[in-house]
Amino acid sequence: MYQYDEYDQRIVDERVAQFRDQTRRYLAGELSEDEFRPLRLQNGLYIQRHAPMLRIAVPYGNLRAKQVRMLAHIARTYDRGYGHFTTRQNLQFNWPKLEDVPEILAQLATVQMHAIQTSGNCIRNVTSDPFAGVAGDEQIDPRPWCEIVRQWSTFHPEFAYLPRKFKIAVNGATDDRAVIQVHDIGLDLKRDASGNIGFRVLVGGGLGRTPILGEEIAAFVPWQDILSYCEAVLRVYNLHGRRDNAYKARIKILVKALGIDAFRAQVEAEFAHLKGGPATLTEAEVARVARHFVDPVRETLPAENAAYAAQLAGNKAFAAWARRNVRAHKFAGYASVVLSLKQTGIAPGDITADQLDHVADLAERYSFGEVRVTHEQNLVLADVRQSELFAVWESARDAGLATPNIGLLTDIIACPGGDFCALANAKSIPIANAIQARFDDLDYLHDIGEIEINISGCMNACGHHHVGHIGVLGVDKNGEEWYQVTVGGDQGNDTALGKVIGPSFAAAEMPDVVSSLIRTYTEHRHPDERFIDTVRRVGVEPFKTRVYAEREQRKQAHV
Amino acid sequence: MSDIIKHGTLHTDDWTVVRVVEGEDLAALELPAGRVIVPLALWLARRDSLLAGAEAGVVGVWLAGTEDPATLAGDLLRLQLIAVDFPKFADGRGYSIATLLRARFGYAGELRAIGDVLRDQFFFYTRCGFDSLQPKEGKYSRAQLEAALASLKDFSEPYQGAVDRAEPLFRRQTRKEAA
Repeated sequence: MYQYDEYDQRIVDERVAQFRDQTRRYLAGELSEDEFRPLRLQNGLYIQRHAPMLRIAVPYGNLRAKQVRMLAHIARTYDRGYGHFTTRQNLQFNWPKLEDVPEILAQLATVQMHAIQTSGNCIRNVTSDPFAGVAGDEQIDPRPWCEIVRQWSTFHPEFAYLPRKFKIAVNGATDDRAVIQVHDIGLDLKRDASGNIGFRVLVGGGLGRTPILGEEIAAFVPWQDILSYCEAVLRVYNLHGRRDNAYKARIKILVKALGIDAFRAQVEAEFAHLKGGPATLTEAEVARVARHFVDPVRETLPAENAAYAAQLAGNKAFAAWARRNVRAHKFAGYASVVLSLKQTGIAPGDITADQLDHVADLAERYSFGEVRVTHEQNLVLADVRQSELFAVWESARDAGLATPNIGLLTDIIACPGGDFCALANAKSIPIANAIQARFDDLDYLHDIGEIEINISGCMNACGHHHVGHIGVLGVDKNGEEWYQVTVGGDQGNDTALGKVIGPSFAAAEMPDVVSSLIRTYTEHRHPDERFIDTVRRVGVEPFKTRVYAEREQRKQAHV
Repeated sequence: MSDIIKHGTLHTDDWTVVRVVEGEDLAALELPAGRVIVPLALWLARRDSLLAGAEAGVVGVWLAGTEDPATLAGDLLRLQLIAVDFPKFADGRGYSIATLLRARFGYAGELRAIGDVLRDQFFFYTRCGFDSLQPKEGKYSRAQLEAALASLKDFSEPYQGAVDRAEPLFRRQTRKEAA
C-alpha cells in the first residue's frame, strides 16, 4: 500500500502543529465555538453525547499492521479500550478528551495516519473496493487513483468550505463494491476502445434525507484529465450549491434542480478552461503512485490445496466459516478472509484494542502485513494462502473475529446511533443486537441466505438504510424512538433505494418485524433465490401485508 | 484606518468598504471621502463617473458570493483593487471567485478578502490569490494579527496547484520512488 515520502509526512506533521495551536487557542478562549467547529470537524472531531468523537481516516480502507497497532494503543491510552469501524471505512473513537486530540494526531502521524477531512463541508475520505488488487473481477486497480484523488483533495484551498460534505468513491471492478452510485462523485474506471484508461463519472448520488442515485455526467474522461474534471464539478458546486439550507446543500440537490444536462453543460464549460492545465496528470506521477500497489511476491501454488480441502471436509465449524468468510482470490492457491465484526451482542463495527492487536498479528503472519476495512464494517485479510486458512480461522475464532456470518442476516450494518451520536433520533445498536439474538441459529441463518439489513439512527443515513435489502430508520415520534422499515434496497451494480412498507414500529417489535419479513421470503422464494431477488419478483406488497397482519395478531394476543 | 495583511506583512490601511442596504438609491448615495471599495451594483450603476477614480487607485469594487466575476472582466485593467466579501467565514464561494479572477481573467491588481475573514483561513485565502486580507474591524488586536502571520505558512509544500503555485507538487518536485 501507499508509503509516505518526505512531502506526505511533512503535510501531516504540519497539520498536527496547526491543530495543536488551534486547540490551544480554543481552550484559551481566543477561538469561539463557532470558529473552532469547522476546524475541529476537518480534523474528524465531533462533540458528542458523552464526549468528543474522533474519526480517523483510513484512506480507501487500507491499513498496515503497524497502523492497526497504533489504533490499539490509542484505544487503550486515550479511549475506553475499543474503536468503531464506520460505513465509510474509517475508524471512530467515542471517548477521547478534546485536550488529548493534538497528541493523538501526533502519534497517528508517526505511522502515516491522520484525521484530515474526515468531517466538515469538504472533500471527505475517498472510499473504494476492499478487495482491490485481489478480486478476480477487477479490471483496473482503483487504489493508485484513490491515492491521487486523496492527495489532490487534501487541503484543496478552493474547496475547504463547500456548501456541504463531498464524498468520492472509486470502482475498478465488474461488480461495484464501492457503491459509487450513492456518492457525490462516483468514479468508474474504464478502458476505451483503444485500451486507454479513463473514468465514467457519476455525479449527484447520496443517501441522507433525500436519497438519490448518481447520474452519469461523463461517459469517459481520460485519466490525464480526471483531476481537472473533478475540479470543474467542484467549482460549479462551490459557486452554485445552496447555502441557505443545510438540508438542501448537497450537490445532488443542485444536480436535480438544474437537471443533469444543464449541470453537465456548466461543468463542461468550466472543464474547457481547465483541460490541459497544470492539474493534468503525468505518466510519471501515476507510475510513482502505482508502484506502491504492485502485487506482493506470492508463491506459485496449486489452485486447490489438498490440506485445506481435507480440513473443510473434516471440520463442520471451519467449513461453515469458510463458506461465508473466505472469498476467492485472483491468484491461485490464495484466498481473502473477512474477519467479522458482527458478533451477536457487540455493536456492529466495534473492535477492542486486544482484537486490533490480534488483527495486526494475523496480518503480519498471514497476509503481507496489510488489512482492509469494508464499508460493511468488517475487516479483510486480502492475501492468505489456502494452506493457512485453518490456522487463521482458529486464531481469529479465539479472538472473537470469526463469526461465520458474512453476507448473512446477522452481518448487520449500523451507525453508532442514539447511544453515542448527538444527531440520532433513535438507538441503532440495541436494534441490531436484538435482531442478531433472534436469529442465532446458524443453520437457519444459512438457510435464509444472503441478506443485508442496514440500520440508521436518523435520516442522515450513516447506516445506509436506503440501500439495505431491509432498511431500518430510527425516527422520533413525540420524543419516543420508532423505526421505519424499508424493503428492496440494494447496493452494487443493482443499487436501488428501498420502499417504506408502512407505519413505523416500536423498538421491541423489530425482531418480530424481521421475522415476518423472513417468513414471507421463505414462503415465496424460488430455489436459489436471495431475499432481494424474491422482493424484486413478487414486489413489496406480500411483505407489507404479512408484517402488519402479524403485528395485529400479536396485539390481539396481548389483549 | 484598519489593520490588514498585505503581501504577508501587517499594514495600516485607509480604504473604506461601502455597504448599501437593499432598496437604497445607488445613484444618490453619497460616497465617503477617501479611498472607497464600492459594491458591484453601485459600480455598475455609476461606472462612468467612477472609472477615473478606479484608475487613480481611489475606487475599488467588491463582489458578493452570488456575483459573477465575469461581470468585471472588461474593467480588470482599470481596477487596482477588487475585494471579495465573505458574509460568513464558512461560506467558501469567495475562494472560487478569487481563483477565477486570477486564473481565468488574469486580474493582477490587489485582491482583498473582506467580511468574516479569520486567521485560520489565511492560508486558503492566499493560495486562492488574495494578496490582502482584511479581518473585521476590532476582530484581532495588532499583536494577534502579527502572531497570525505564521499561519500563512501552515503548509510548506501543498499537494495541489492553486493560484499562488499553479503547479501541483508532482510537477514542482521530483518525488522519490517507493522504497
